[in-house]
Amino acid sequence: MTTATATAVDTTHNALTTGRLPRWAPWGLLLGSWFVFVIVFSIVAAASEAEFNIAAALFLGTVLFDILIFVVAYLVEGARQARDRLVTSLVATAFIIALLPLVSLLFTVLANGLPRFDIAFFSQSMRNVVGEGGGGLHAIVGTLLITGAATLISVPIGLLTAIYLVEYGRGNLARSITFFVDVMTGIPSIVAGLFAFAFFSLVLDDPGIRFGLGGSVALSLLMIPVVVRSSEEMLKLVPNELREASYALGVPKWLTILKIVIPTSIAGITTGVTLAISRVIGETAPLLLIAGFTASMNYNLFDEKMMSLPVFVYTQYANPGSDVQPYLDRAWAGALTLIVIVMVLNLVARLIARIFSPKLGR
Amino acid sequence: MTTAPASPRAKARLGDRIFTGSTVTAGVIILVALAAVAIFLIAQSIPALMADPADLKGSPSSFWEYVAPLAFGTVWAAFLALLMALPISIGIALFISHYAPRRVAQTLGYIIDLLAAVPSVVFGLWGIKVLAPAVTPLYGWLVDNVGWFPLFSPPVSGTGRTVLTVAIVLAVMIIPIITAVTREVFLQTPRLHEEAALALGATRWEMIQMAVLPFGRPGMISAAMLGLGRALGETMVVAMVLSPALLITFVLTSSSNSPTIAGNIALNFPEAHGLDVNVLIATGLILFAITFVINSIARVVINRRKAFSGAN
Repeated sequence: MTTATATAVDTTHNALTTGRLPRWAPWGLLLGSWFVFVIVFSIVAAASEAEFNIAAALFLGTVLFDILIFVVAYLVEGARQARDRLVTSLVATAFIIALLPLVSLLFTVLANGLPRFDIAFFSQSMRNVVGEGGGGLHAIVGTLLITGAATLISVPIGLLTAIYLVEYGRGNLARSITFFVDVMTGIPSIVAGLFAFAFFSLVLDDPGIRFGLGGSVALSLLMIPVVVRSSEEMLKLVPNELREASYALGVPKWLTILKIVIPTSIAGITTGVTLAISRVIGETAPLLLIAGFTASMNYNLFDEKMMSLPVFVYTQYANPGSDVQPYLDRAWAGALTLIVIVMVLNLVARLIARIFSPKLGR
Repeated sequence: MTTAPASPRAKARLGDRIFTGSTVTAGVIILVALAAVAIFLIAQSIPALMADPADLKGSPSSFWEYVAPLAFGTVWAAFLALLMALPISIGIALFISHYAPRRVAQTLGYIIDLLAAVPSVVFGLWGIKVLAPAVTPLYGWLVDNVGWFPLFSPPVSGTGRTVLTVAIVLAVMIIPIITAVTREVFLQTPRLHEEAALALGATRWEMIQMAVLPFGRPGMISAAMLGLGRALGETMVVAMVLSPALLITFVLTSSSNSPTIAGNIALNFPEAHGLDVNVLIATGLILFAITFVINSIARVVINRRKAFSGAN
């Protein structure tokens, strides 16, 4: 009888008067569950002499935490609060799950890439190299040339289009450009490579065509939409008062854009372009198709196959010699170089945005 | 009886005309380029579609029989990736928009964007050298214990180079784009709806259920489709990790998997010549058509949402 009344009272709990878990409880539970699984895994690893898998331990520990927090909160705080806490922990778990591959990837690339991240890698090509030695100089030069040419193509077209969309564009043409630029951001990179190949092999009438500039065209197809979108956003941020002040002084529209609008937004535009470069510099598939691969240096964008860093990584992995390890080492070193380039570009972009953005007087 | 004076027309300056002309030209170039992609791919595909099937590689009974496993593999791998990536991405987006403290939220967003900055070939290398060996024991366990389930029917792959491994890597790669779009939509939720829910005594999760998720549903759908488009076209991971066989199979853990269009092109294009090149371009045309349609639908949904949200 007493238990029945007790439960009856229990179900009519007021959420405001129920017990609350102390603030440290979730953190304590999380650390506790991680600790439990790290212990379990290290015991297993010690027993079977297998490698200690920290990622799996943290992952299972987080899952254990999700279950524990639900049960504990259900007992102390009631069903609604328990569900709230469960979702909170699940959402945090999702974030941790996404972090695990990132950390693991950066760690392996660093660990495997550093042994060959040496002077020889940056001063030698793969010409006449079998087995150990050699480097990725030809690939680095190729990547810089191809990406540079792609930037030269994309930035004028992308920036002018953005200006058109923001300053001039009204009506159907502007609307269709906006729509198709958005759709273009989703073109698979390999399709861009196929297009460059189909185009140049028909126009230049060479069924097996491979050359660097084709790769630049393919990359600009991927880069233009990114440049347009980011520049558009930046141009829209320029306050209309600046334009109106300029018009009021009798400055023509094109000079207003050149002297007022673009200088005001140049930091943002540069940031966008840098991010666009960092996006296409790692593209492999289109360059594999149209720029090809080679072991020699090639400084000429208009003729002959040209190696690039991502394709270098791929070919070192995919076509190793009889002794696989040196090829894999070079592939990892190439991957590390690529990641360093991309990270530096990202960092530079953020720095530009922070340092050169116009200071508003507030 | 004086007519109203005509409003003074601005003098058409040469500089203005040149500048306007060049901006319009740039915009038109983009449209022309997109049209050119379709036209040249079609032009180079025609020989493959017209050819006698006996001349095709592997001599299938028709071009479509050659394409069917590729198309299936592409959709299957992308679908699996989406299935894994969508809940995680929505979780991350909610975490960043509604759970994480304001001060760190932006940094957390940058960290997720870092995932998008990693080149795909590096993901491929990681997938084959780190992930595949790590999941192989798990596959062995799955096949041994739930092998009766069609998706895990034996024999098990000894290398981990299966469609499930590929899908995991693809999922990691599309998480950033889905997260970015859904995060934006969640942040657009009207403040008053959220505060009204909280004022009625809702917990944070109930507030999200009542205010944020219904508002963000179209955005989540289009984000999922953008992620799907990305996964469909991803090349290097598939080319490096998957061990393909020209057949249609749903099995997740076997060593013979349906190839994908993009992976197949990357593996075979460097050595292809003659008609084989046209066949590969024709499969690329199909991939282009699929992604184009999916992306268009996604963009239409996003744009329609914008018009109503009052966010702009």
